[in-house]
Amino acid sequence: MANIQETIAKLLPEATFEEGDILMVNVPDAKWHNLAKELKENKDLSFDFLVTIVGMDWTETLGCIYYLTSTKHNTHLSVKVTTDNREKPMLHSVSDLWKIAGIFEREVYDFFGIVFIGNPDMRRLFLSIDWKGYPLRKDYDESADLNPVTTESERQSDFTDTYVETPDGTVEKKEVRVFAPEDFVVNIGPQHPATHGVLRFRTAVDGEIIKKIDVYMGYIHRGIEKICEKLTYPQTLHFMDRLDYFSAHPYHHCLCMTIEQAAGIEISRRAQVIRVLMDELSRIASHCLFIGTYCMDLGATTMLFYTLRVREQILDIMEKTCGARMTFNYECIGGVMQDLHPDFVKDVKALLEVLPKNIKEYNKIFTGNVIAKNRMEGVGYLSHEDAINWSVTGPSGRASGWACDVRKTDPYSIYSELDFEQVVREEGDSMARFKVRMSEMEQSAKIISQLIDNIPDGEYCVKVPKVLKLPVGRWFRTVEGCRGTFGIYLESNGDTKPYRLKIAPPCLPAASVVDHITRGSKIADLITIGGSLDYIVPDMDR
Amino acid sequence: MPYEAWKDNEYIESLVKELQESGANVVVGSLDKLINWGRSNSLWPLTFATSCCGIEFVSLGAARYDMARFGWEVARSSPRQADFIMVAGTIVNRMAPVVRRLYDQLAEPKYVIACGACAVSGGPFKKSYHVVMGVDQIIPVDVYLPGCPPRPEAMIYSIMQLSRKIKVERFFGGVNRQQKQADFLKEHPIEGVED
Repeated sequence: MANIQETIAKLLPEATFEEGDILMVNVPDAKWHNLAKELKENKDLSFDFLVTIVGMDWTETLGCIYYLTSTKHNTHLSVKVTTDNREKPMLHSVSDLWKIAGIFEREVYDFFGIVFIGNPDMRRLFLSIDWKGYPLRKDYDESADLNPVTTESERQSDFTDTYVETPDGTVEKKEVRVFAPEDFVVNIGPQHPATHGVLRFRTAVDGEIIKKIDVYMGYIHRGIEKICEKLTYPQTLHFMDRLDYFSAHPYHHCLCMTIEQAAGIEISRRAQVIRVLMDELSRIASHCLFIGTYCMDLGATTMLFYTLRVREQILDIMEKTCGARMTFNYECIGGVMQDLHPDFVKDVKALLEVLPKNIKEYNKIFTGNVIAKNRMEGVGYLSHEDAINWSVTGPSGRASGWACDVRKTDPYSIYSELDFEQVVREEGDSMARFKVRMSEMEQSAKIISQLIDNIPDGEYCVKVPKVLKLPVGRWFRTVEGCRGTFGIYLESNGDTKPYRLKIAPPCLPAASVVDHITRGSKIADLITIGGSLDYIVPDMDR
Repeated sequence: MPYEAWKDNEYIESLVKELQESGANVVVGSLDKLINWGRSNSLWPLTFATSCCGIEFVSLGAARYDMARFGWEVARSSPRQADFIMVAGTIVNRMAPVVRRLYDQLAEPKYVIACGACAVSGGPFKKSYHVVMGVDQIIPVDVYLPGCPPRPEAMIYSIMQLSRKIKVERFFGGVNRQQKQADFLKEHPIEGVED
């Protein structure tokens, strides 16, 4: 940690530092782009993975916190850049360094109105073009009269804005076309069975070849981050179920861990084990559904019935303990809501017995199939470098040879004690992404089998004060969700409600990278590629 | 399903009573029955899901809950071929025009089930700035199905309730349901579009 601090202090003497769980650097906006370049390219630092950009409104100032990770040294850093101007806030873009920053900055612009100088595409991301106000600002007017529900189709524009800095220091606004005038643009979605939810692609095609995809999001943007600011800490938990509904347990785990860390609550060993068991069970269930729906996208409808058989078995186990099939709301601050059902161990053992047979069966039916091979192998290639540059984490990132499993790189809970392998493949195509998930089910089963026989006794939930107040501070935690690195940024000003709760979902980068991967491939492969990235739309839209 | 097992018989009974008030012709009445019998037993849903409820709808289609038993398994991706739309999941401001257009594209007779707490009333997102508080603000709803998400059994119940409703509908001469629908659309016009 000190080493990074020294190196940065040498590069930029005016930078100030704040200690915390992750070191924070305060950088003036004018120097930010140069420092960012150094941070990424300096061999000693090499912060090549941009985890998220947290937009912030501290009432007097607006700003961004960039969370960076070095995949080479496994070190973390956060950078704070602020601006005093609330009327026309402007910061410098880093979208030329980290590709994914382009989308993250659009999100910040949408929520806070901060314009990024140099970002080629400064449109709103989730809200419509005519939306009034910036919803995550503290002084936002939420009255429904300002932005009423309308059944009139929203206004579309073929142009986007970009802000360029001239040599004499003034900033100019320029209008740029999204597609070239001669492009033939096909609309796919938002209601389309192959987009896995309400996602919309505007696709420019040349015959059958994709030239460019403009991803439209926000068709299920529910403003969860803003609602959380109005609720107490225990009340915010249940929204984690409704983001990525397959990763309900890991997401819950993440927010609970963040709050527990902030409040200084130690949870019992039994609760830790239960949480990990639930995480891994939901990982198997999630990958099962992925395989089923993905195969259905490719035309193999039968697979859905086979994979859902195992999923239903897992849902039964969860239902007995948690009381629900999908939105469990099981983990709570201090442990878990209720103890395991008496049948839990027996049921899980029955599952572990049938699972290997089922995986073998899936491989027999589908993986070796010549049609499946032809449709998946070599389709949608994503290189190692691009995976990091676009922050594509989780199984999709690991299929490109990037060992990014948070359970290994940054072990949380009891993962450091467990014996399992990180599944990494080098091919980077759709087949690899499919196979990684297949092997991950085996690894999850391995973890479960290590724990199931020795669940320690003890209390499942420690006593937590009824009215929970967190000390002033900020925390950032990540976990490995079923689809990649899921992060929670929490800022507290000592109240019972969070001052800011930012959700960093893994599916937003996964959907953003579709444009990059599909360029030059056939339009029929869009379904294969989109399916293999396995994004969940409510997760990216929040 | 036995008669006693249904939850809101009063509602369907009042519907039947209302229809029979003016009396029914023997021929027309019998034809009505035949047509409604056919319609209520082959309801084709539109594949439409925005969030969590959609996954339970997938489970409904799989072997365990098997909606093919009831003749609902022909999920259509085009609204022009579907009979009813199951609004599974939250509808947000940006999605509202799309839902309305999908509804307008469904061929008559068309039905709507508001599936899940979000579609019924906004559900857990009641405090949000970007959520439509109940899909009935933009399209007329026939059956409300609470739950977050509703269990597949509840979904089966709701579609069965819908087919019960269809069975008492009047095809020839009756105005009951279609009139209500027309009134709704008159009250909720699409802004900026002249008829």
